[in-house]
Amino acid sequence: MDDDIRELYQEVILDHGKNPRNFRHPDDANHEAHGNNPLCGDRLTVYVRLGSDSRIEDAAFEGRGCAISVASASMMTDIVLGKTVTEVEALFDDFHKMCKGEDEGVALKGPEEDLDKLRVLAGVRQFPMRVKCATLAWHTLNEAVHGGDKTSTE
Amino acid sequence: MSTAAAKKTLSNDAYDVEAIRADFPAMSLQVNGKPLVFLDSGASAQKPSVVLERMDRMYRSEYANVHRGAYRLSELATENYENARKTVAQFMNASVDEIVFTRSVTAAINLVAHSFGRAFLKAGDEVVISHMEHHANIVPWQLLRDIMGIVIKVAPIDDDGNFLIDEFKKLLGPKTKLVAITHCSNVLGTITPIKEITRIAHEAGAKVLIDGAQGIVHLGVDVRDVDCDFYGFTGHKLYGPTGIGVLYGKRDLLNALPPYEGGGDMIELVTFEKTTYREAPARFEAGTPPIVEAVGLAAAIDYVNSVGLDRIAKHETGLRDYAMKRLGEIDGLTIIGRPREKGPIVSFTLEGAHPHDIATIIDSKGVAVRAGHHCAQPLMERCNVAATARASFAMYNRIEDVDALVDALNTVKDIFG
Repeated sequence: MDDDIRELYQEVILDHGKNPRNFRHPDDANHEAHGNNPLCGDRLTVYVRLGSDSRIEDAAFEGRGCAISVASASMMTDIVLGKTVTEVEALFDDFHKMCKGEDEGVALKGPEEDLDKLRVLAGVRQFPMRVKCATLAWHTLNEAVHGGDKTSTE
Repeated sequence: MSTAAAKKTLSNDAYDVEAIRADFPAMSLQVNGKPLVFLDSGASAQKPSVVLERMDRMYRSEYANVHRGAYRLSELATENYENARKTVAQFMNASVDEIVFTRSVTAAINLVAHSFGRAFLKAGDEVVISHMEHHANIVPWQLLRDIMGIVIKVAPIDDDGNFLIDEFKKLLGPKTKLVAITHCSNVLGTITPIKEITRIAHEAGAKVLIDGAQGIVHLGVDVRDVDCDFYGFTGHKLYGPTGIGVLYGKRDLLNALPPYEGGGDMIELVTFEKTTYREAPARFEAGTPPIVEAVGLAAAIDYVNSVGLDRIAKHETGLRDYAMKRLGEIDGLTIIGRPREKGPIVSFTLEGAHPHDIATIIDSKGVAVRAGHHCAQPLMERCNVAATARASFAMYNRIEDVDALVDALNTVKDIFG
């Protein structure tokens, strides 16, 4: 099988895609946003409970999409737990660079442990049309924590 | 049916697909290190060399603006452009003055929505579309609804994707002013009974617009026989260039419509107080038209005619049947759309694998299919799917392409278990 395909569809991605973590609608979420990729019809809603110290106390999502977008949302909701909005923004910035293949020789800001987990999604850099699949959940989370309620990758 | 048997069926009318493939440069492309298996002609078809060469020749040695210059080169360009209109008119069995060149079928539908809409519709009037329209035949009517307060009614389909003519009939009434329906669904492949639809609509006093984007490629159209009032299609799905579309309209109707866009070439006399407009089709061709694209489209139509639309249709139907059979044998694969009359378009879903993942993975095997909602989101909702993968077949596809698709789908199954 093609190496790029193998890298994109790693076991961990397939697992998150099939059995997404935090796939639920928490009653006590105080922020949410809808994400939509009009090109492929992927839609998801991200729910967040933000503490008074701007720390994410709970993150979850619902929706439908390809393996990449679901896996990315699943991993994201795990990783951002307990982080402040500022920390999440830094991590999103790092992740975006990874997906676009712009992280070579650049100092990333997020914790190495988180970056390692996210790196499994970096295979999308070989598939420019799929980058937005990997980043949709993050765009939507960003929108949610900043109070907006609609995100489109267009 | 085995590959060999399927090939034999197809070869009965001595349809030489290899010779046709040799006419299309893209058929010898390698993608991701594999020979290209192009199954996305429903989105846009590849181009035969004759089209590319014709356009190249025109740009090199026959090019100037049309309808303007009193010099030989402009006369030659005008002649070519107007001859292209003749070719299109003959292809549809229309008159030359009933053929308006547009940018696309989308532009053709928008032209009708604006010109016909403003002239003949008022608040409360109804436009009937179907549940399987492309967004291009939904959104223009919604824009008009927002401006004028017209009402959009949607003719239903059954679970197999058949157009329900009796249900359609019930939607028509004294307020129905226009029926705008696809000739062939770009997702389900459903071929609609446009002649019967037109007759019923006319009995109710409504005009009829047919979206022929997919239909004309596989079925052709005789607008006199169908008797529709408007028929739109696009060049790039018919092996021609992008940027050129056609709106057929009955002569008297076109001449009763106000212009859509204003500009040069569409006027008789302009003063700052008052402007008078030329007859159709010039009235609807403001500005410099897609000159070389029109000539390229005519070259594509000549090419299609040289092979024979009937023979192409028969070949494509054979491919569709073989694909339906082979795909149907794959565990977990569901074909979306099994109407009685179906064009060479096969949409499907595969359990556990999203269409986007399918398209990415089979692309690594050189197989190109469309994945997504196909600009038909209401139809996706109707079929209870978020998206589908779609293989569409054209004159240059062969049995081996279906086999390659099936093999590639098995790779998807290997990955997704």
